[in-house]
Amino acid sequence: MTHNHPETLVYLDYQATTPVDPQVLDAMLPYYRKHFGNAASRNHAFGWDAEKAVEHAREVLAQGIGTTSRSLVFTSGSTESNNLAILGVARMYQPKGRHLITCATEHKAVLDPMQYLVKEGWELTTLGVNSKGHLDLEELRAAIRDDTVLVSIMHGNNEIGTLHPIAEIGAICREKNVLFHTDATQTLGKEAIDVEAMHIDLLSASAHKLYGPKGCGFLYVRRRNPRVRIEPILHGGGHERGMRSGTLNVPGIVGFGKALELCLQNREEEQRKVAALRDRLQQQLMDKLSHVHINGDPEHRLACNLNLSFEFVEGESMLMGMHGIAVSSGSACTSASLEPSYVLRALGVGDELAHSSIRFSVGRFTTADEIDHAAALTISTVKKLREMSPLYEMAMEGIDLSNVQWSGH
Amino acid sequence: MVYSEKVIDHYENPRNVGSLDKDADNVGTGIVGAPECGDVMKLQIQVEDGVIKDAKFKTFGCGSAIASSSLATEWLKGRTIEEATEIRNVDIVEELALPPVKIHCSVLAEDAIKQALADYQKKQEEKS
Repeated sequence: MTHNHPETLVYLDYQATTPVDPQVLDAMLPYYRKHFGNAASRNHAFGWDAEKAVEHAREVLAQGIGTTSRSLVFTSGSTESNNLAILGVARMYQPKGRHLITCATEHKAVLDPMQYLVKEGWELTTLGVNSKGHLDLEELRAAIRDDTVLVSIMHGNNEIGTLHPIAEIGAICREKNVLFHTDATQTLGKEAIDVEAMHIDLLSASAHKLYGPKGCGFLYVRRRNPRVRIEPILHGGGHERGMRSGTLNVPGIVGFGKALELCLQNREEEQRKVAALRDRLQQQLMDKLSHVHINGDPEHRLACNLNLSFEFVEGESMLMGMHGIAVSSGSACTSASLEPSYVLRALGVGDELAHSSIRFSVGRFTTADEIDHAAALTISTVKKLREMSPLYEMAMEGIDLSNVQWSGH
Repeated sequence: MVYSEKVIDHYENPRNVGSLDKDADNVGTGIVGAPECGDVMKLQIQVEDGVIKDAKFKTFGCGSAIASSSLATEWLKGRTIEEATEIRNVDIVEELALPPVKIHCSVLAEDAIKQALADYQKKQEEKS
């Protein structure tokens, strides 16, 4: 078995994770070396320094979403935040009812805890989406019942980048008196977030998607109007006001705060730059190749996201040809489950196009040269594979592939 | 997916990519798989005096599907019809060191060979 070592490496998988910004790392290092104390040590200077740094970061992060620092609970990342929000609210509000609402395109870290509750007897409404990944707000309104405890709808989608109208969803939930959780993993530091204006009751975020370290996240839990209460899922020292026990990841939290500070310093300008690079890639690919489809909503999507299906070629074989270009595919062959992307399926994208999908995501350190190199390599790979593809041959002969009787296997 | 050097070689330098005249009497064509499953293989043989003189493939699928069909065409060339039926998917798995999740690619290649041979034989029976 062998790994190829291409000469030029281009990272276009910023929605999977981001590199730590050097300024973030610089801010973190003292908290590994000199100020390594436990933020819960109340009786000595090491502890005080650590606590002070944590509280500063908490302040920055809270302000970044329009709230106060006492509303944040630090976690190990968005998967934990989503679990804590969903399981924590469900357990606490069980007397009110046992019904939950979510959307088919949510991350597994939302869908799986919901399914876990279904096994415990909860009822779940999973709202479908249209071909651009949008849910129907009237359908959401109609789905809310007297016994509905929580609505969980993400802000920006990790695969297709579609942005949900969070403020409108928040308003509906507020009007119907039901708690609203949003997974903002893909949008914190990128899209404007204000938990007051948007009526968000719980919000999940993670540092490593915004040039901070891995293993650090937070859950925002609203403290008033209404005061949201959650049952902890980790029990122990009573950290984070009892909502999440466990020694705080002080360097991680410091880095998280610094990372958001950097993002918000020139958020709009950076998003414009990222969108321009994304558009440059999209244009080159769509100009030079036929039968390319955008998955998601070309208008309301994350600036970094480009999810394309290249008809007649399979995603994993594309990745093999695109030496050194780090991207993701919705093809079954690249997933642990051996199923094509459930997100693309929810959009009504056929399985054959899901197998042909590639997600490119650009970020802070992407250059125009890298975009051009990636585009050229993608184009040559698609052309080479289409020459090898029986589907392309049939399509060029004018055969309608949807009318062919396939043998399957 | 981490592949063997042989899979990568077949992917980078596929042998016998192309098409033969599917309407010719001495050409057998097998098309297996389905686009929604993520792989479709077309495998063709051209037979002269009971010997496979040429073999071509086109494959939509992952790297190991491409490698399996490329290898199949290499093995088919020069074999008699009888000998061609002896190619087993396990031989392909072994030669390419396919990981367990990719065994179905080799099964597909074996199916494509069988279908191409059956198509050729059907044409011969219709002729006689």
